[in-house]
Amino acid sequence: MKMDAVPYPGGRSVSLVQSGLRRMFEIVEAWLDRIFGPAWNPLYQLGALGFFYYWVVAISGIYVYVLFDTGTTEAYDSVQYMTVDQWYLGGVMRSLHRYASDGMILMMVVHMLREFALDRYRGARWFTWVTGTPILWLVFVAGISGYWMVWDQLAQYIAIASTEWFDWLGIFGESIARNFLAPHSLDDRFFTLLTFIHIVAPLLLLLVLWIHLQRVTKPRINPKRGLAAGTFLMLVALSFVKPAVSHPPADLAAVPGVLNLDWFYLSAYPLMDTFSYGAVWAFAAILSFMLFALPWLPPVRRPAAAVVDLDNCNGCERCANDCPFNAILMRPRSDTLPFEQEASVDASLCVACGICAGSCPTSTPFRRASDLIPGIDLPDRSLRVLRDRLEVAAAGLAGDARVIVFGCDHAARLDTLASNRIGTLSLPCIAALPPSFIDYVLSRDLADGVVITGCRDGECFNRYGVAWMEARMAGTRDPYLRPRVPRERILTAWAAGADRAALAKAIEGFRTRLAAQPASPPSPRTPRAKIDGTNTHA
Amino acid sequence: MLKVFRFLGQGVVYALIAVLLGFFADTPAYRHFDDDKAQLTLSVAHSGQHAGTCRRLTAKEIAALPPNMRKPLDCPRERLPVLVEVDLDGQTIVRESIPPSGLFGDGPSQIYENFVIPSGSHRLSARLRDSNRAQGFDYQRELEVEIAPRQRFVIEFRSETGGFRFPAAAGPRG
Repeated sequence: MKMDAVPYPGGRSVSLVQSGLRRMFEIVEAWLDRIFGPAWNPLYQLGALGFFYYWVVAISGIYVYVLFDTGTTEAYDSVQYMTVDQWYLGGVMRSLHRYASDGMILMMVVHMLREFALDRYRGARWFTWVTGTPILWLVFVAGISGYWMVWDQLAQYIAIASTEWFDWLGIFGESIARNFLAPHSLDDRFFTLLTFIHIVAPLLLLLVLWIHLQRVTKPRINPKRGLAAGTFLMLVALSFVKPAVSHPPADLAAVPGVLNLDWFYLSAYPLMDTFSYGAVWAFAAILSFMLFALPWLPPVRRPAAAVVDLDNCNGCERCANDCPFNAILMRPRSDTLPFEQEASVDASLCVACGICAGSCPTSTPFRRASDLIPGIDLPDRSLRVLRDRLEVAAAGLAGDARVIVFGCDHAARLDTLASNRIGTLSLPCIAALPPSFIDYVLSRDLADGVVITGCRDGECFNRYGVAWMEARMAGTRDPYLRPRVPRERILTAWAAGADRAALAKAIEGFRTRLAAQPASPPSPRTPRAKIDGTNTHA
Repeated sequence: MLKVFRFLGQGVVYALIAVLLGFFADTPAYRHFDDDKAQLTLSVAHSGQHAGTCRRLTAKEIAALPPNMRKPLDCPRERLPVLVEVDLDGQTIVRESIPPSGLFGDGPSQIYENFVIPSGSHRLSARLRDSNRAQGFDYQRELEVEIAPRQRFVIEFRSETGGFRFPAAAGPRG
């Protein structure tokens, strides 16, 4: 059977750029999965790594601040002291401060590119994308103001170019670039102001980061310890091998010639030398607008949000606990049924992943006395329709080792796998599948085996779909897969789009094993397929 | 994958990231300014004279004003534009009539411009008119100057210190 699911609305309109980027990420992620394992894969933890770099910058910054002196000559001298005289601690702290700041930029840019490539920035996810954009600018403000504080020739170059750039706007009563005409025009208190900006911008950044994470549940803000340790050791090693150093001291009577720019932060400055300040303003404004507006360029048709059916909702909270986007709230009962709470969906936050339907205890295909209407369900892709399609798919299977594959729209495509031995059903997320459907397939002899596939382990399009599904099957999260279900007839194989061939191979291997299996009592463990050598755990 | 290969692989990935961070933190070097050139910066922030004539207030009128606002002259807010001219080696590189800033035209006229010039000997002349005279200038200054490579030579105007200020000639910049 062909893939029967309606693809996620963004899926069909994914641009060529997105597709290319996605393919590139999938290839690199597969390699990093092999090297680090899914739990430590840096590409799965870009946001958390960004946070980690932030804390390294903050802590090293506190030490640097202790040694820093504000003043036109004292600033440079104090930085030289920590760099040269106290290279073993002050110098390392300064270098950590710089390289971790650069790391933040790197993580942020790759994070944004990846969210764009994976189409995780629009629909209900617009808020997280939009609030991420000012983070970028705040990091630049914090970083560039830090470079000013050294007051070397690089600082002089940045200071004059920045103030001339702002003067172009004509919003200041008097040109602020005039503050840098000559050494006597610069006051020591200027460095106090710079220090203030350099401290306030990161604090504001923290506030915006908090807002940025408001619409996701259980945000991952700390990388795995092993990854954090490796990253930190890398930064320390880099700080010793290539310590951050200053240019010669600033001299406002001379124009700096050759500069060693930090390209992570200062790439825009050469543009100011090449183009007019107005052109650079226009570029910055257009870029900012594009970033802000990207979730609506073009607007995406959002799938209908999950709907609660109060007659079937007993207020058990499983859906609210499983929702990865804070879209479900429990509130006091509004009807006469004898339960304390009922689920309520905030449609503006709902991405229609269906995880809530998969978690609902009433979502069981065995229901025949009443129609299959769970306590919560997706109007466009209801479980009743899924059961109907499952039965149609099963009816089309023949021969031995018949398999039903349940997959995810955002992982390896299933349509090419379908045959008269393999029936495929794609869901908006694999965790939208209630485990009772697996039981249903095997106990009703709709197939000889069930394959559960979805996004790569550790990297679910809907954040927690893979984790929740694994926990349900392992019996550690409601709703459990019943113990009576024969585990040897289930294959779990996580596979991204690039892993389709490996998934097909894993399914064929599974079918061979199924064909060789005698009728046996249920096993407590679920075997897992090795997709590209990455997704195996027992 | 064998554990040892995984650790080695992780080391390679960390090393690649370190190289990326370490390299682009200060490389490639960027040439902002040529060694044989110098920069001439003109900076003027000066209010032209009042656009209309001032009237001397009578003692009675002054007494009627709040104590903190008493002044002998009643002048219109609007200022005249300021005409600035700069010649470099006999060639005019700036000739601009700068209108007053502010919504009511009562702020200072401002100009801030940079010019890249060859280093070496130059004859500089700067002139400024802030009145409604038809001919001539209210401030002017000329100078023969040796400008060093990469010197930032600032022509600044400050009426409170007598008009145009030129820095002392500097030696070559290291």
